[in-house]
Amino acid sequence: MAVNGKRLRAVPGGDAAAGDATSEAASAAVGAGAPLVQLRGAGVSYGTVRALAPIDFDVGRGEVIALVGANGSGKTTLLRVLHGVLGHEGTRRTGVAALRQAMVFQRPFLLRLSVWSNLRIALWLAERAMPAEERHARAGQALARVGLDALAARPARALSGGEQQRLALARAWATRPELLLLDEPTASLDPDAKTAVEKLLAGFAADGTTIVFSTHDLGQARRLATRIVHLDAGRIDLDAPAREFFDSAAARRRDGLFADGALP
Amino acid sequence: MTTRIPLRRARRAVLVLLACALPLALAQPARAQDRSIVMASTTSTEQSGLFPHLLPAFTKATGIQVKVIAVGTGQALDMGRRGDADVLFVHDRAAEEKFIAEGWGLPRRDVMYNDFVLVGPKSDKAGVRGKDIVAALTKLAASPAETFVSRGDKSGTHAAELRYWKTAGVDAPKAKMAHYEECGCGMGPALNIASAKNAYLLADRGTWLNFQNRGDLEILVEGDTRLFNQYGVIVVDPAKHPNVKRELAQAFSDWLVSPAGQETIARYKIGGQQLFFPNAKP
Amino acid sequence: MSAVGEAASLALDLIVHADAALVRTVALSFAVSGTACLCAAWLGLAGGAWLAAARFPGQRAVLLVLDTLLALPSVVVGLAVYLLLSRSGPLGDWGILFTPTAMVIAQTILALPVIAALARQLVADALREGGEQLRSLGAGTFARAALMLLHERWAVVTLLLIAFGRAIAEVGAVMIVGGNIDGYTRVMTTTIALETSKGDLPLALALGIVLLAVVALLNVLVAFVPRGHAVAVAEWR
Repeated sequence: MAVNGKRLRAVPGGDAAAGDATSEAASAAVGAGAPLVQLRGAGVSYGTVRALAPIDFDVGRGEVIALVGANGSGKTTLLRVLHGVLGHEGTRRTGVAALRQAMVFQRPFLLRLSVWSNLRIALWLAERAMPAEERHARAGQALARVGLDALAARPARALSGGEQQRLALARAWATRPELLLLDEPTASLDPDAKTAVEKLLAGFAADGTTIVFSTHDLGQARRLATRIVHLDAGRIDLDAPAREFFDSAAARRRDGLFADGALP
Repeated sequence: MTTRIPLRRARRAVLVLLACALPLALAQPARAQDRSIVMASTTSTEQSGLFPHLLPAFTKATGIQVKVIAVGTGQALDMGRRGDADVLFVHDRAAEEKFIAEGWGLPRRDVMYNDFVLVGPKSDKAGVRGKDIVAALTKLAASPAETFVSRGDKSGTHAAELRYWKTAGVDAPKAKMAHYEECGCGMGPALNIASAKNAYLLADRGTWLNFQNRGDLEILVEGDTRLFNQYGVIVVDPAKHPNVKRELAQAFSDWLVSPAGQETIARYKIGGQQLFFPNAKP
Repeated sequence: MSAVGEAASLALDLIVHADAALVRTVALSFAVSGTACLCAAWLGLAGGAWLAAARFPGQRAVLLVLDTLLALPSVVVGLAVYLLLSRSGPLGDWGILFTPTAMVIAQTILALPVIAALARQLVADALREGGEQLRSLGAGTFARAALMLLHERWAVVTLLLIAFGRAIAEVGAVMIVGGNIDGYTRVMTTTIALETSKGDLPLALALGIVLLAVVALLNVLVAFVPRGHAVAVAEWR
């Protein structure tokens, strides 16, 4: 089954979550209060290096969670485990039998095709049975939402960094994911592009999409997140609602934690 | 999703096989209709230039195409044994008789003869010039300073050469003579080597006349009746290989020994010189 | 040297006047090698791409075998196919020995490992960059393999040109299974071999010039492939 640190198979759009033997059992417990993803004792090591200590972690429906921490603190690993593409110790349960998810990376991988084709292929991959007209409609809506309709025929790789990231978001959103995961989505972008992306993410969150994203930018975390999780050397150091995270009660610990100078 | 992939895979596999079967499919109709035979002959015959002169005449008379595979006599007979040729046209009587005795071919017929010549450097330090091949070879055996090049490829020419050496008292020239070199190659390449090394060599007149790269070589011994090289035609036995095109191959054999075929053979000349002398029995 | 010079000028004469035998020989070379590469392309691209995208036990062993097959000597393939297709062999009833079809089969066997190994390397490199994203989007093994071939289509073109160049320049396999029959299975390379051994240089030189020109043209085409798309293939060459 799941082997520590090894990749699992593809994350399907509409079928049972990959690498998760207990999802069928968990579907019996579907309810408004059930977390979207539930990790118990999930840890990851690559050989002798421990990337993530065994943790318990819940992603609640509708939350916007920011993972913050230094490089190598385990943010990306945790995202991958939540996504279900990384083998790990412990268990991962989803609150829904067939959880629709999408992940966006710091630098999006786009095929050497037009913007439009990239979208259509992503929709096809997510749901093979979707009729062509619906695929067409969804692609159009996604492009409009991120403001790239004028560029539909352009080669995707010819777009600017910010535009490419917005395309990645369109690609993710077109599949109407319940859970959206992002790994440092604005780290390579200029300030304007960053703002545009943040606006889109805020919009998705307002629509009810559950979002988990990692960032170096505490300001971004404060702007977008409902809950902030600080990771350090593979452990969860502080996991608090956004307001608490930044208020004086946590400030003392925060000052000690962020001696590396990552304050907004 | 789990049910669709195997279907797609199967469909793709079928398409792949179809795509590769296409050239094979295209080849089939051609085979069904063509009137042609495969003839295994020797490289020396091909290099003499006889075929472009002889075969079109046959095709014109009968409408049958002849596809020539030119290899060494040994390989030609082997092709007959494997059934990959319909008719053989070679020049090694002993090997041919053996082939027929083993049951692979129908009785052979004489068609024509050409002759071998001993070529060597103009300076002829071994002093072999003349009309006696055995005397020449005896002298060569005793001249370690002069190189002798042999084809060494189990061809009719090679077999004949070994017979002459035996008559001259050398029954294993490769072992006995340090200055004897085998190339395992056809007549043309062997001539190339001899030309480059200024060596002695037994060649068939046809290839020699066509050969351009002579260097210092010239004919030193010719006209000895022992140098005559008899050609025979053999139809591969259909009892052993049912795929042999018996009638077409027989037509070829019949034409070769007919007056028309014999005359065509006699008419082939290089530089005004006749190369092959028809001697089919009537 | 003047013999060579004379042969060279006769050769150019043959080329300029599009001598019938020359044209026929060149056309057959293209037909045989082209068909072989097309056949090998289907299997090779699909197989190579799939190998890059898949994970299964014994994968290392398969890759080792593939790399060994890359070095398959053409005469060995020729001999093997000859024995298979000979009337005395298992597939003798097909009766295709000494035909262009047999030559296509032999060259397909030669081109297949080349195309598969190059395709595998190409797709593996591409997956290193985008495999995770594709997996995340829901692409299984076949989808990833196919999408990466589409993504790297220019490099695929390069790779096919390389395979074609090798096929059209090989002589061992086509000589043995084709029989070098005049007007039927004689291609550029086998004719060069034959005419050279006869000491008949003009036709051999003419064909040599044409063959060189073909190979040079292929290399030029490869060089003009859009930059950045053929990197992985270039280093293999």
